[in-house]
Amino acid sequence: MGIVSRGFSGRRSGAEVKLPPGQHLTTGFPVLSAGPTPHVPLDRWEFAIDDGTNVLRRWDWKSFRDLPTETFTVDLHCVTRWSKLGTSWEGVSLDTILADVKTDASHAMARSYGDYTTNLPLSDLRNKQAWIAFRFDNKDLAPEHGGPARLLVPHLYLWKSAKWVRGLTLMHQDKPGFWESLGYHIYGDPWREQRYSGDE
Amino acid sequence: MWRVGKVVALYDETATARTITLDVSDWPGHVAGQHVDVRLTASDGYSAVRSYSIASAANSERRIQLTVERLPDGEVSPYLTQEIAVGDRLELRGPIGGWFVWRSQQTEPIQLVAGGSGIVPLMAMIRSRAMAGSTAPFRLLYSVREPEVAFYREELQALSDHDGSVNLTYAYTRAAPRNWPRPPSRIDAPLIANTTWPSNLVPTCYVCGPTSFVESVTGFLSSSGNSPDKIRTERFGPTGDRK
Repeated sequence: MGIVSRGFSGRRSGAEVKLPPGQHLTTGFPVLSAGPTPHVPLDRWEFAIDDGTNVLRRWDWKSFRDLPTETFTVDLHCVTRWSKLGTSWEGVSLDTILADVKTDASHAMARSYGDYTTNLPLSDLRNKQAWIAFRFDNKDLAPEHGGPARLLVPHLYLWKSAKWVRGLTLMHQDKPGFWESLGYHIYGDPWREQRYSGDE
Repeated sequence: MWRVGKVVALYDETATARTITLDVSDWPGHVAGQHVDVRLTASDGYSAVRSYSIASAANSERRIQLTVERLPDGEVSPYLTQEIAVGDRLELRGPIGGWFVWRSQQTEPIQLVAGGSGIVPLMAMIRSRAMAGSTAPFRLLYSVREPEVAFYREELQALSDHDGSVNLTYAYTRAAPRNWPRPPSRIDAPLIANTTWPSNLVPTCYVCGPTSFVESVTGFLSSSGNSPDKIRTERFGPTGDRK
C-alpha cells in the first residue's frame, strides 16, 4: 500500500465491478490522439494486409462492408487510466480478415491514416478477440473515435486499438510502433498493468 | 517505481486552479510537455490515480510544479486543490510521454495553442525555452473563458514583453477585457490566420485543450496550410480528468 494521503477518502463507485489495477470508471468517451483527426472519405478508404514487400489482400469500403459482421459488447481500458465498460460495437472479426492469409508471421504492425502505428502479436488478433469496427453505440463511428473504421483489441490497452486503421503489415519479429517507441509498453496488458516500457 | 514528492509550496493560479511545487529527491529530469501520474491512497488502502502535466521547466532538477484545475465532479483534483498542505507527501510516477514534448535543441518556429487548463504543458515549453536560453521563435494563442481564469498571466506577460520573442495572443470566449478588439468568441479560422505562424515557415504546432477545442483548432491549422505531421495534440475530457 502506498503512502496514506491525509484526509483522502476517494469516491468509490459502489458497484461491484472489477477493474484492472490503477484504472477508474468513466461514463464519457475521452479522446486521446497524437495529432489531428484524419477525415478519410469512404470512396478512398482501403484496408490492406501486406508482408512488408507485397500486398496479400486488399479491400475497398464496399468489399470490406460485404464481409460478414459481428456485434459485440466489450470493456475498454485506456493507459491514461480510464475504463469504460459495456461498449457496443459492430465490426468485422480479424478472424474473417485473416482467414485466407497464409503466413508464418509472429506479429503485425497496424498502420493508420495519419501514419500512426502499433504492434501486436498475430495471436492477439485471432481467436475472436479483435475486430475492425465501424459502428459504435448503433451509430457510424465518429472520426475522432477512429471512424470510418478502427482496430479494436479490447483485451489490451486502447492505444493498441489503432484508430483510422488502413492495414496490417505482417512481421517475423516484434517491432515497436508509435507509442511503443515513446515510452509505452511493447505489449500492453491492462490486467498486468503493462503501461510503460520497463513495466513487467 | 512510485516516487515520493514533498509539497514545498502551494499557489492558487485562479479560483479553481492551484500550482503545487514538489521536491522529489530522485527526480530524473523531464522534457517540457511530459506528465506524471499522481496516486492518492485512503487509510483503508483504496487508491486513485490521475495524470497531470508538468508546468515547470525541463531542467528544474529535483523540484517540479504541477498545476491542477479543480473539476466539480473530480475525485483527485478537489483534494489536490483544496486539501493538500505544505509538508504533505504525494506519490508520483514519471515523467511520462515522449511525443507531446519540446526539446531545447529544436530551433524551428513553435506555435502553441492552449484551451483553458491546456496551457500547462505549453507553459513548461515556454519556461524551458527561457531557461535554456533558446532563441526559437514562439507564438502562443491562449483561449480562456474570461481574463480571471487565465493561468500564469503575469509571467506570460513578462516573458512576452522581455524581447517579444514569445508572442502572446489571448482569445476570450465569454467575456473580454474592456476595449478588447475582438468580441468574445471561440477561436475561428480568421484568428488562426492572423495570429499564428504562416505555414510556409513550417512551424511545429502543439495544441492542448478539451477534445472539441483540439478538433476545431487542428482543423483550422490544417486548412491554413499546416501539414498534419507538424501538428501535435493532447486532448482531455469529456471526463476532463487529464489535467
